[in-house]
Amino acid sequence: MAKSPINLKVNGKTVEALVEPRTLLIHFLREQLNLTGPHIGCDTSHCGACTVDLDGKSVKSCTMFAVQADGGDVLTIEGMAAADGTLHALQEGFREMHGLQCGFCTPGMIVRAHRLLKENPNPSEDEVRQGISGNLCRCTGYQNIVKAIQYAAAKLSGGALKEAAE
Amino acid sequence: MIPGPFAYHRPKSVAEAVTMLADLGPEARPLAGGHSLIPMMKLRLAVPEHLVDLGWLSELKGVKADGNDIVIGAMTTQHELIADATLAAKLPIIRETALVIADPQVRYIGTIGGNVANGDPGNDMPALMLCLGASYQIAGKGGQRRVPARDFYEGAYMTALSQGEMVTAVRIPVPPAGHGYAYEKLKRKVGDYATAAAAVILTMAQGTVTTCSIGLTNLAETPLWAEDAAKAVIGTSLDAAAVKKAATAAEAIANPASDNRGPAAYRKKMAGVMTARALQRAKSRAK
Repeated sequence: MAKSPINLKVNGKTVEALVEPRTLLIHFLREQLNLTGPHIGCDTSHCGACTVDLDGKSVKSCTMFAVQADGGDVLTIEGMAAADGTLHALQEGFREMHGLQCGFCTPGMIVRAHRLLKENPNPSEDEVRQGISGNLCRCTGYQNIVKAIQYAAAKLSGGALKEAAE
Repeated sequence: MIPGPFAYHRPKSVAEAVTMLADLGPEARPLAGGHSLIPMMKLRLAVPEHLVDLGWLSELKGVKADGNDIVIGAMTTQHELIADATLAAKLPIIRETALVIADPQVRYIGTIGGNVANGDPGNDMPALMLCLGASYQIAGKGGQRRVPARDFYEGAYMTALSQGEMVTAVRIPVPPAGHGYAYEKLKRKVGDYATAAAAVILTMAQGTVTTCSIGLTNLAETPLWAEDAAKAVIGTSLDAAAVKKAATAAEAIANPASDNRGPAAYRKKMAGVMTARALQRAKSRAK
C-alpha cells in the first residue's frame, strides 16, 4: 500500500514522516520516533498504558491510526518534564506518593492525569478515580496513584502539599 | 496486533464521502471514531480494503436545536455530548447514558453516529434512541433519507443502511419539560457492555404517568423498544404493582445469550430489574 505523508507535532517538535495507513499511532511513536514511554499493554483499548494526549484529548494510541493524528499535537510522557529535566508536578507526585510499583501503567496514568487536571484542576477523590477509569494498574496500586494525582493538583494550584503516604 | 493493509481516503465533504463509499464498493468502510472498527481490524475480523475517514468533516459535528427537535451531527463525540449545555438542559438522559459508555479515553473519540450505526447490540445509544423516538438522517450517493431508529435495527450488525450509505445525523424530538428520565446499566466493570440496561422517559401529571417509553440494551440481537412494559405503567401512579408488571413485560421480550456476563435466565431477570430501577428513578425526577 502506498505510504501517506503525515505532519504533526510531537512533544513540541514538528515531525514529518511517511506511514502505511494501517500503522497504529502507538507503533509510529514507539518504532519510528523511538518514543517508548507509551506502552503496549492489552492492545485492545482497555488498559490505557498507550495513552497519549492528542489535541487536548486523552487517546488510546493503540486504537488509532497515525494518519488520524496528521496535523495534530501529540504529547507523550517524554514531553512532560521541563527541558532542564525538572519533573512535572505529576511526575514528582508519583515519586513522592509512591504512585508506581512496576511502572508499566505510569506513562499512561500521568499523561491521562495531565488532561484530567487541565479540565478539572481540583478534582475530588471520586473524580480522580472516574477520570483514570480507563487506565488499569496491574499492581492494583490505585490508592497511591490517586494520592499522587491529588499531590500534583495541589502543587499546580499552589495549595498546601498533603503528607506523604504512610 | 497489526490490521490488514488498506487504502486511506480523506473526503472533504459528506457528498465526496458517499461518492467514495459508493464508487469503492463493498470493501470500503467509513471510519468514525474507530473504537469498534479498529479493534476488529486488529483481530482481522474486519479486513476492509478502503477506509473513508469521516474525522475531517466538520459539517458532521455539533448539537443544534431545530424547532422541537435536537439534531446531533454523527461525528459528535461522547465527550462532547457530556459537555453540551443544550443537551444538559433539554435531554439530560443523553449525558447520563454517554457517561456509562466505555471510559474517558474512548469517550473523547467514540461518536454518536458510530455508536448508533454499527448495529452492535452491546452499544448503549441505540436503545436510548428507540426510547426517545429518534430518527437517523442517512446520506448516500443517490440522496438523503430519514429512517426512524425503531425501524433501523434488523439483527446483530445488520441495519437499514444500504451499501454506500452512512448516518450523518441523529434527530431527537425533545420530550416535554419536566419529563422524568433514567438510564440504568448493569455492568461488571468500567468499559464493559451491559449485562442488561434500560432507558426510560416518562411524563407525569397529578401523580399519574401520562406517557412512557422504554428501550432495552444488549438483551437481544437488536436493541428493544419495550412497548408493553411502557403501557403497563401508563395511567398508574407507578406503584409497586405497576412497576412489577412492567418488569415482567420487559423480561418477556428479552432474549439474551448466555455469555461471560451470566446465563441467559439471569440476564433476562436483570432486564426486569433494570426496567424497574429506571422507572423508579425517572419517577423521582418527573415534575
